[in-house]
Amino acid sequence: MSGHSTYEPKNPLAKWFDKQLPILSMSYDFMVFPTPKNLNYLWTFGGILSMCLVIQLVTGIVLAMHYTPHVDMAFSSVEHIMRDVNYGWLLRYIHATGGSMFFIAVFVHILRGMYYGSYKAPREILWILGVIILLLMMMTAFMGYVLPWGQMSFWGAKVITSLFSAIPFVGDWVVTLLWGGFSVDNPTLNRFFSLHYLMPFVIVGAVALHIWALHIPGSNNPTGVSVKSGQDTVPFHPYITMKDGFAAIVFLVLFAFFVFYKPNYLGHSINYEIADPLKTPEHIVPEWYFLPFYAILRAIPDKLGGVLAMAGAIVILFFLPWLDTSRVRSAKYRPIFRQFFWLFVIDVVILGFVGANPPEGWWITVGQFATAYYFAHFLLIIPLVGLIENPKPLPASISESVLANHPKGEPAAQPAE
Amino acid sequence: MSTLDSHDSERRDFLYIGTGAFAAVGTAMAAWPFIDQMNPDASVKALASVEVDLAPIEEGQSITISWRGNPVFIRHRTAKEIEEAKSVPIADLPDQDARNANIDDGSPATDVNRVIEGKEKFLIMLGVCTHLGCVPVGEAGEFGGWFCPCHGSHYDTAGRIRKGPAPENLLVPPYSYASDTLVKIG
Repeated sequence: MSGHSTYEPKNPLAKWFDKQLPILSMSYDFMVFPTPKNLNYLWTFGGILSMCLVIQLVTGIVLAMHYTPHVDMAFSSVEHIMRDVNYGWLLRYIHATGGSMFFIAVFVHILRGMYYGSYKAPREILWILGVIILLLMMMTAFMGYVLPWGQMSFWGAKVITSLFSAIPFVGDWVVTLLWGGFSVDNPTLNRFFSLHYLMPFVIVGAVALHIWALHIPGSNNPTGVSVKSGQDTVPFHPYITMKDGFAAIVFLVLFAFFVFYKPNYLGHSINYEIADPLKTPEHIVPEWYFLPFYAILRAIPDKLGGVLAMAGAIVILFFLPWLDTSRVRSAKYRPIFRQFFWLFVIDVVILGFVGANPPEGWWITVGQFATAYYFAHFLLIIPLVGLIENPKPLPASISESVLANHPKGEPAAQPAE
Repeated sequence: MSTLDSHDSERRDFLYIGTGAFAAVGTAMAAWPFIDQMNPDASVKALASVEVDLAPIEEGQSITISWRGNPVFIRHRTAKEIEEAKSVPIADLPDQDARNANIDDGSPATDVNRVIEGKEKFLIMLGVCTHLGCVPVGEAGEFGGWFCPCHGSHYDTAGRIRKGPAPENLLVPPYSYASDTLVKIG
């Protein structure tokens, strides 16, 4: 992406246009962008995430044409979409399921970055932009979940906005400002609708910066070894476009399974009960993708402490590039880190289960241990393992590692007979 | 020539600082309406008080009314409940502030400071958990008062926090007795 484009339009009209607005040569550079030739399917999630964002934008804009952001009408307007609007049920189920699919993809994408050390130099800014996108996604998903104005919408909104009341001195002022009243009410619903419509476009902007920052160093790859020559790369099109396209189709199969067979599986049935500001449901839980963070919030038996721990669980991701002391990127060559990586994944899954269960009995203890481990992973394990670990020898180049897997005379794939 | 130079640079400095200062103050002033519009509007503030007749509430019975969008608990406490609340030493309370809008700030959280003196039977307070805003369930929890189902805070029969993550006692809203049984909240 850096440097002058080698693209020379042949067509005189294209030449004239590109000289004034070089969008053609930019697109061309995008398509021929040299990409490591050893990328595996975990690298297809960037494309899948872009697709998810487009799906949410398109379905969301259409849903907004039929939805009414008012406390007296929001719930019934969602039912109106489900029952009366042509294909409304489909559009809403795609949008609601789409939120979950978006988070499945983003978690895989983040864990891939953690496993292969994609956050390390020279890609720290790229990683930080990614964490910012995660935060924007969480805000958008939270505000979107409030809009149907069911019981879980209302009480989720109440609990999450009340988190800000833990801020010393100005907490109550901030919460009143967020609510526009003395509780979550019509002004809150109205502004959440406005912001839920706005935020995806902010995400589009952040994604543009994320992709820009990606195109300076180029993609990381499973070996973590930097590209050394043209031998190590293939052009983005048709190699990566095809691979991304295939993965996107497989992902859409899973997506469609939920939309058509289990549309409410990832939600909560109590959200089909209209919001009642005078009665909290017995068991309130956030959407599944927030559960690990919710578990961290509840692990600390102090209001401000819990809020700080929950915020810290995400903020710590910003510092990951500097917490990691290892010079080797990929966990493939880091035998000790690789095991701790999977322990971390298990820990986050445990936190998810803790978050889904009531804060009683041994769930509290498990939650506290899992929370401690979560932070220990970043603050102790990652810095220390990098210092004491003896990494395996790295391949001299991407090409060499590819050839080592497929020695000469033994082609990777045999043509079908 | 040199005098002209210095004259010119003074003029530029003045323009630079002047433009910067006006831009900064102007931005701050223009930003305020955009922030303040988020605060409660006149129609929200107008819903400031409600009147409730306490006469039909039997001993041991509770009602929940809505005040400014929030639930308010009114409980006609039993003698046993009042006795239990009175017997707790202040030192045992995680929050020793009465949190009662009708008396001086910082008054100790004795049972009598949680109600209006002479009307100890009626406990009136906001049904909003001081942790994260859920509505606690009545006659529940380890202290026979209220229990918040969201994150497990236990309140006693005077609505004081005893166990769990909530930092403060349930807040007592401003209220007054218009007559012997008619109470005006807000």
